[in-house]
Amino acid sequence: MAITDIDQYAHLTDADVEALGAELDAIRRDIEESRGEADARYIRRAITVQRSLAAGGRVVLMFSNRKSAWVAGTAMLSLAKIIENMELGHNVMHGQWDWMNDPEIHSSSWEWDTTCPSVQWKHSHNFVHHKYTNVVGMDDDVGYGILRVTRDQPWEWWNVGNPIYNFTLGTFFEYGVALHHLETEKLRKKEKSYRQALKDLRIIGRKVGKQAAKDYLIFPALAGPNWKSTITANFTSNIVRNYWAYMVIFCGHFPDGAEKFTVEEYENEDQPRWYLRQMLGSANFRAGPLMRFMSGNLSHQIEHHLFPDLPSSRYEEIGVRVRELCDKYDLPYTTGSIVHQYFQSFRTITKLALPNALLKATTDDAPETASELRFAVREGVQDHFGVDPATGRRRGLRTALRELKKAPVRAAA
Amino acid sequence: MDLLKWSKRPAVGVDAKKPQVNIVRGLIARATTPLLPDDYLHLVNPLWSARELRGRVIDVVRETEDTATVTIRTGWGFPDSYKPGQYVGIGLQVAGRWHWRSYSLTSIGDEVDKTIAITVKANPDGFLSAHLVEGVSPGTIIRLAAPKGDFHLPEPLPDGLLFITAGSGITPVMSMLRALRARDQQPDIVHVHSAPTRDDVIFLEEMEKMDGDLLSYDLQLQLTREKGKFNIDQLDSEVPDWRDRSCWACGPVAMLDTVEERYAEEGLREQLHIERFAIARTDVGGEGGTVTFTKSDKSVEIDGATTILEAGEDLGIQMPFGCRMGICQTCVVPLAAGYVRDLRSGDEHREGERIQTCISSVSGECTIDL
Repeated sequence: MAITDIDQYAHLTDADVEALGAELDAIRRDIEESRGEADARYIRRAITVQRSLAAGGRVVLMFSNRKSAWVAGTAMLSLAKIIENMELGHNVMHGQWDWMNDPEIHSSSWEWDTTCPSVQWKHSHNFVHHKYTNVVGMDDDVGYGILRVTRDQPWEWWNVGNPIYNFTLGTFFEYGVALHHLETEKLRKKEKSYRQALKDLRIIGRKVGKQAAKDYLIFPALAGPNWKSTITANFTSNIVRNYWAYMVIFCGHFPDGAEKFTVEEYENEDQPRWYLRQMLGSANFRAGPLMRFMSGNLSHQIEHHLFPDLPSSRYEEIGVRVRELCDKYDLPYTTGSIVHQYFQSFRTITKLALPNALLKATTDDAPETASELRFAVREGVQDHFGVDPATGRRRGLRTALRELKKAPVRAAA
Repeated sequence: MDLLKWSKRPAVGVDAKKPQVNIVRGLIARATTPLLPDDYLHLVNPLWSARELRGRVIDVVRETEDTATVTIRTGWGFPDSYKPGQYVGIGLQVAGRWHWRSYSLTSIGDEVDKTIAITVKANPDGFLSAHLVEGVSPGTIIRLAAPKGDFHLPEPLPDGLLFITAGSGITPVMSMLRALRARDQQPDIVHVHSAPTRDDVIFLEEMEKMDGDLLSYDLQLQLTREKGKFNIDQLDSEVPDWRDRSCWACGPVAMLDTVEERYAEEGLREQLHIERFAIARTDVGGEGGTVTFTKSDKSVEIDGATTILEAGEDLGIQMPFGCRMGICQTCVVPLAAGYVRDLRSGDEHREGERIQTCISSVSGECTIDL
C-alpha cells in the first residue's frame, strides 16, 4: 500500500515537519513580495514571442508546397503550440500571473490553444490533481483512468494494453487531456452519471470543433492550392506538441521516487504535510534555460507542485532553496536527465501491464511506489534514522533510501 | 440572421463602436481562436484592441502644485461620446502590477480627435494619483474602462444651478461648465468652491474668466485658510435662492454629508446630486465587515476570519469553488466594489481586481456580482 504515515516515511518528527512547512511558507512569502516589473516583462515577452511564432508559422505555411517552407512553418507552429500550452496556458490558468491584475493574462479569462476547455481543466487539473496529488483513488492523474502506473491500482485484464494506451495517449495527448474531465474511473464506479458526462462531452465537442476547424478547415482553405500540405503541417505540429507535453508531464510524475499516497494519509493531513506530499510525489528533470522555457518550467515539477501559483520563471531560483531544504532534512530531490526520467516512467508502465503476481517487488517496496513499510521489510536499516550521535548529521529518508539499495532483501519476521 | 449571429459570436464580449466590426472580428477569430485578432494586432500597436480598452498618454500638464491634467488618446472601442461629469476607469502598470482608479473626465465628450482628459490631484496617500501626476510620461500605454456615472446634467437643463465643490471635487463640475460654454448654453449658475489658498484652486484662471465673461456664472471662492471651511448655513446668506436651484456637489465626504443632511431636512433631497470620490470604509483594523452579493440581493456581516466563499455559501448562494486552499483559481471573481483582504498574504484588494473567494475576507465592505 502507498504511503499512509508520511512522517514515518520521511523520517521526520512532528517538529521537523512543522519547521519544514514554515521554511516553505517563507519561500512563498519572499517570492510573492519580490514579484515586480521584471516578472511582468518576462510574461509579456513570452506572449509576444509565442504569438509572433504562431502568426509567422501560419504565414510561412501559406507556401507549404515548398519543402523548406513546410519544414520551417511546421517548426514555428509546433513551437508556438508548445509555448502556448505550457509556459502560457498552463501557468496562467494556475493563477501565476493573477497578481499583475491584468485582465488579459489572468486565470479567470485565459482560454488556451488546445482542445481541452479551460474551465474543465481548472477543475480536473488545478483542483483535483493539485489538491489530491498522487492520492490513489482521489487524483485522476494517477494513470488518467486508463494507465496502470502503480501497483496500488489492482490489475485488471485490460491493463495488458498498458504500453499501447501509453503510446496512444502520447500521440493524441491533447484529446486525452480534453477527455480527462469525463472522469472515466468515476463513471466505471458509477460515482458520476452518464448524463453529466454527456454534458461535459458537449462542452468538449464545441472546443474540439473550433480547434479542428482552425487547423484542418480554415487555414487549409486560406492556403488555396496548398491546402493539402497545410493540413499535413498542422497535423504534424499538433502531434509534435502532443508528444512534448506528454513527455514533460510523464517525466514530472511517473519516474521512480515519485511516491503515491493513501486516502488515510490525505485525511490526516495539514498544510506542512501537504507540502511534504507534493515534494515526495513529484519529480524534476534537468534543463537549461531553453528547455525550461519550452517545458513551461515544468522541468521544475517539484517546485510547481509546492507553489502552483507562483510565477514559473521563478522556479529555478525556488529550486535552489528547495534543494537546500532537502539537504537539511535529508530528503530526496528526485531529478535526472529527461531521458533517464522518461525511461523510468516507460519501464513502470510496461511492467505494470502484468499482474502483481508476476512482478518481483511489492506494493510497499517497488521502484514506482512505496510505503513506510518498505523499511520494515528489510532488516537492519531502521537503527540509522534520526540524528547520528557520532557526527551530529541528520540521517533521514535520503540516507535510508541509499542504504536500502545496498541492503539485502529479506522479509522481516 | 442566424448566420449574422454566428459571424459575431467569438466577439460577443467586445464592445465595438460599430457593430459591423464585430462581424469581421468574429470571422477572423475562426482562424485566431481561442484569441481574437485584436490579441495579435495590439502587439503591433497597443491601441488596436477593443477587447480591453487602451489609451496612450499624450501629455501631462501641471494645473497647480499637486494637480495635473493628463490627456489620453483612446484606442479602439472607446465610446465617442460620454456625459460631462462622468468618470472613467484608468489602469496604470506600476512595478508589474495594474492599478485601477476612477477619475472624473475634464474633457467634454464631443472631441473630434479621440482624446480624453482627466485632472488628477496627487494625494499624499494616493499611490496611483501620485504616479499619474509625477511619474507618468507621454507615450505610456494605459488601460481604460468605459465612462460611466450618474453625476451629469439632465436634458433639458434646469433654469437655476448650484455647484458646491471643494478641492479636486471641481473636476466633474469643470467638465460640465466647459460643456455648457462649448454649447453656448447659459443657465443661471452659482458655484461655491472651496480650497485652502488661491494657489490650490485648480482651473482658477478659467473659472475667473468665465465669472467675468458670463453674466449667468457666479463664482464664490471659499479660501478656507482665510474664511474657514464651507458651512452649509452660508447658503442662506450667500445664495438666498438656493432652494430653487438644482444642486451638484462634489468634494470631501464630511462636506457632502452636511450638504446631504441639510437637503434632506428641508425635503429637497431630490434636487441634490452628489458624487463621492472616497468610498466610506469602516476602518476597524481592516478586519471583517459587510459582504453584499448583488445578483442574489443578499448581504451579511462577517468577521475577518470568515471567507467570502463561506459567507456566500451560508446565504445559499451558488458560489464557484474548488480546492478551498487558494491553489486552483476556480473561485476567482471580480470584486465589484469595496475591499477584501487576502488571508494568506494579508494584502488588500480593491474594486477592479479579481479575488479568490476561498482565501479572502472582507475589509470594511465589499460587493460581489453573484
